[in-house]
Formats: sequence, structure tokens, C-alpha cells
Amino acid sequence: MTENNEKTPAISMRAVTKIFGNNEQEALALLRSGKSKSEVLAETGHVVGLDDVSLDVMPGEIFVVMGLSGSGKSTLIRHVNRLIDPTSGEIIVGGTDVLKMNMRELREYRRTRVAMVFQKFGLLPHRSVIDNVAYGLEVRGVDREERLKTAQKWIETVGLSGYEKSRPRQLSGGQQQRVGLARALALDTEILLMDEAFSALDPLIRTGMQDQLIELQKSLGKTILFITHDFDEALKVGDRIAVLKDGALQQIGRPEEIVLSPANEHVEEFVQAVNKARAIKVHSIMEKGDHEPCDQAVPMDARCEDVLPLFAENAWVGVVDAEGNQVGRLTAKQVIRALARHAAPAS
Amino acid sequence: MFPELIDTRPLRRAVDDGLNWVVRNWGDRFEAAAHPLLLLLKWIEGLLVATPWWLMIAILTGIAWLATRRWQLPLVVLVSMLFLGVMGLWGDAMSTMALMISATLTAIIFAIPVGVWMSRSAWVRQAMTPILDLMQTLPSFVYLIPTVMIFGPGKIPALIATIVYAAPPLVRLTDLGLRTVDPAVMEASRAFGASTSQRLFGIQIPLALPTILAGINQTTMMALAMVVIASMIGAGGLGYQVLQGIGRLEVSRGLFAGLGIVALAIVFDRVTQAFGRRLQERIGLAEQR
Repeated sequence: MTENNEKTPAISMRAVTKIFGNNEQEALALLRSGKSKSEVLAETGHVVGLDDVSLDVMPGEIFVVMGLSGSGKSTLIRHVNRLIDPTSGEIIVGGTDVLKMNMRELREYRRTRVAMVFQKFGLLPHRSVIDNVAYGLEVRGVDREERLKTAQKWIETVGLSGYEKSRPRQLSGGQQQRVGLARALALDTEILLMDEAFSALDPLIRTGMQDQLIELQKSLGKTILFITHDFDEALKVGDRIAVLKDGALQQIGRPEEIVLSPANEHVEEFVQAVNKARAIKVHSIMEKGDHEPCDQAVPMDARCEDVLPLFAENAWVGVVDAEGNQVGRLTAKQVIRALARHAAPAS
Repeated sequence: MFPELIDTRPLRRAVDDGLNWVVRNWGDRFEAAAHPLLLLLKWIEGLLVATPWWLMIAILTGIAWLATRRWQLPLVVLVSMLFLGVMGLWGDAMSTMALMISATLTAIIFAIPVGVWMSRSAWVRQAMTPILDLMQTLPSFVYLIPTVMIFGPGKIPALIATIVYAAPPLVRLTDLGLRTVDPAVMEASRAFGASTSQRLFGIQIPLALPTILAGINQTTMMALAMVVIASMIGAGGLGYQVLQGIGRLEVSRGLFAGLGIVALAIVFDRVTQAFGRRLQERIGLAEQR
């Protein structure tokens, strides 16, 4: 999904800078003059939320923005639907300049083109599950019968059938976030913004939701901007990952690129703590070429963790492309070597 | 003694003359403007007086049961209302109730929009807060006398004084309720493109309703607290009985009428509170607040 570079990006942010405070422009001038984030804070009391962020999200990809708390990732995602206005910079979504919209156009844009899932769910406590799922459509002005029909469909898709009449508080955290997801999906927008959508959930539930999202995305093909502080989660769901620190981008790349060649020490710290068997795909370490067919084979985009169990029975495991032709093979030794190499810091 | 820096007599005279001028030239218009209030009060009083006592008791007890679905509160209401009847205070109680209900209704009509406005603009809140403080702390006689001068003694100044005294808590609690709606919910509705009115009527007011109801409860209580003072300028009702009791040194008359006011207060306080709790449970905020 990352091979469509010639397409125009679905979301394009150009040199977006956000400063929080009463006199944004003055602080911006200081920042432009080369002062650091902490110097700006000390001199003016203004907090730099985003510092010159430029990124392109391609149609149909899951783009993950990863960073620790306070890195500005939640600020970043709120710029896409303009819940926060930038101090300077440009935000183009599907060819339209979001910053040039007036209030009416902005409402229309939020109603029809971007949907959002929140870390704290943001469900309406006084409404039933189905009315919550239908909320976006209600705001859009869809009539009741039709919006309930759509809502019903999405409730079934996320696996909440039978809970239509429940109140959000009667559901578990995972179920509540399924309502949040269904509410966003019911709008059928090209773009889905997910702000730490799974971070508040228990690890097991979180894994389940991640799998569900990846599964759904196969059929939906939406452009998803996904925010997380969890590098493992980023590697699992992301087609591409941007690492953010102190409001500035550190690195953008496919999961493997980031794991195999971290751009700086900050990114490396994340890489060191991560499960490399999940991050490294087999085709990047396989022995390429036309070998005799192996008994077991995995697809090109399989990860090391997928092939490891196969070595219990086989010395060689083949790697096949989409048509089923074997394009390479690998042994347990190669995998172990790859994992060991990347376990040592920056070889 | 504090030295006399300026002569304040001209200022005082200006205020007095100004008021007199207003009374002379604008009195009729003020009276006409307040006429709907009088109609409302008379209509409610007529309704309450025309309702047979047993039906009235049945209605109030029924409301109490609806609010709690238990027998305790209806019993309290029944006993309180019977007390008023047995003590020969029924008619006075009805006119006091009429005054309280019309003051509360009028306060709701004015206070909730003001509360909404305050919740949206820090500037309005800053301007309104001292006015509300003034309305609550200024001794009521201070504005009672000018109102009597403008409207003449009777039910209108009594009603206006009651509204002025009783409305502030409702304004404050409306403002507070709207501002303390979970910001995550507000942000979500903004992200989905909800307009200001969609947010206000679809989310803020429903979620602030328990707080607003607490404000209405406060307003009814403060309106009842004003009945004795209001009766001094011709409101009648239980307050007038208290006043007479004091004037004639008939302790029993004052005592029983006073207990009658307490009985009414208990009935309205408990019933509105019970409705508030039910509403909170329905919205699902009961465990949060």
C-alpha cells in the first residue's frame, strides 16, 4: 500500500508549527530565529506543540504517528480536522486547504470527510449505543430511519449486536471503544483519525482491537492516521510510521526501515525495546533466488515471528510472492542472526 | 469619624429625584410590562384554588411517587399537605404556592438563557457574576421599596422581588452545569461537525440537566424563603399569617403558618431533588458526581 508514491497524498501537512500561548507570533519568531523549545518556553512562557512538521499520508495507508506523551502527537492529529488551528503552515486534505475553510465549510468537512476515534471514547452518556453510533449521521442531517439502519450495520461489524439499547456506561472499555470505532466508520469518510484509540484498553483487548482494525482495513481501504505511544502497536498496524519528539519529526519510514536503521538515538531507544521478530519482515533477510521448493512457505510480507514456529519441523522455509512463486528461502540461523544483529545498538 | 470629602447629599437627592421621575413618567409602562407576570400568577393561583383539596393532595403525592417509586416520600408529602389542611392554612398555602411557582417559572425563563450565555463567554460571566452577587446579598428591602413605588403595593412587586432573590442560583448552576460537561464528549461532537445549537441542545443541556435541576430546586427554596417579606407588600399567603402572628403577638398563628412554609419547602425540595437523582441515574452520571 505504500507503493503509490505517484498518487497525490490524502493528507499533506507542510511546515506545520503550533505554539500554545497568548502571543503565538512572537514566540514563532523566536523559534524561527533558532531558539530551542525550552528556550522559547523560558523566555515567553509559550509551549511549542509542533515544530515544523511536514508529512504526507497516502490514500489507503495506515500512517502511524508515534511518540511519548507530550511529544505533540495528539496536537498533530487535531490539526487534520482543525480542532486545533496551527500557528503557521499548510494542511491540505484531498486537494483542499483546510485552513482556508470558513466555519460552515469546516463543519461540512468534519461531517463528511474526516471521522475521529478518541482515546477517552467521547461517547454520549445519555444516549443508547445505537444512537451514539448514529450520532455523526444525525449531525450530518440523515433521517432517523436511514441512520439507524447504517448504525445497525456497523454495530454488527464491530461485534456489538445485542447491545444496541445499552448505555455506554454499561459496556466494558473495549466495547465502548468499539462503539467509538463504529460511530466513526458509520460516517463512511475517506479519512479516519484515531487518537490513541486503543491506549486506554487492557493489553489483550488492545491486541484484539488491533487485529480487528487490520482486518477491517483490508476491506475498507481507508486512509487512517493512527496515533500511539506504543512502538509495538505502531509496528503492528502501521504501513508507515513517523516518530515525533518534542513536537518535531525524528524519522518517517516503513516499520522495517525504522527498526533496521533508526535515524537517531531517540528512535533507537524505541527500537531497542521492541520485539524485533515482529518488526522485521522475512523478505528483507531471506536468501534470494530460485531454490528448490521448500515444504513450508510464507508470504513476502510475513514477519520473523511468523516463520519461527515453522523451524521446529523444517530446516528451510520458503518465501513466496503473491502468485505463489517461491522467491527466496531462509533458515533459523538467518533469522537468529538478523534478530541478534538488530538487538545490538546501531551496528 | 471619617472626614467628609465630598458632599453626598446632591448625589442622594439625584437618585431619589431620578426614581420619582421614573415613577411619574414610566410607572404606567412598567406596570403594563409586568402585567403578564400578574396574569401568570393569577392564573396559577386560580387553578390551585379551584382544584379540590383531595385532588391536589392526590396529584402531589402521585408526583412524589413518580419521582422516587417508593412509599416514603409520598407519605411525607401526604402528611405535610394534610397538616396544612387541618391547620386551616390550605387557602394561604395555595396562594404561597402560586407565588413560588410563578416566580420559579419566570426565573427559569430568564435565568437559563442568561446561564447559557455566561457559559459561552468569559466576558459575560465576568460582567454577570457581580450582578448576581448583588442580587443575592443586597437586602431585599432595598429594592423592594423602589419596586413598590413603581408598581404600587400588591402582588407584582412581591413577585418581582421574589424573582430577583431566587433567580441567581439557577443562573449560576446553569452556567456551571454547561461548562462542566465532559470536555471529551464536547470535543467529539465538535470533531463530528456539530453546530453550536446541535451541541447545546443535543449534548450540553441534556448532560447539564441534573445541575440545572439542582438550580431549580434552589430557586424554589429561595422563593419560599421570600414569602414572609413578600407578604409585607401584599403578597398574602402563609407569609401574611406569620406577619399577623407577629403583629398581634399570637405566637401560635405565627408558629403554625411558619411550620406550614416548612412543610411546603420539604415537599418541593424533596420532590425536585428526587427528580434530579432519577435524571442523573438515567444519564449515567450518578457515579461520577
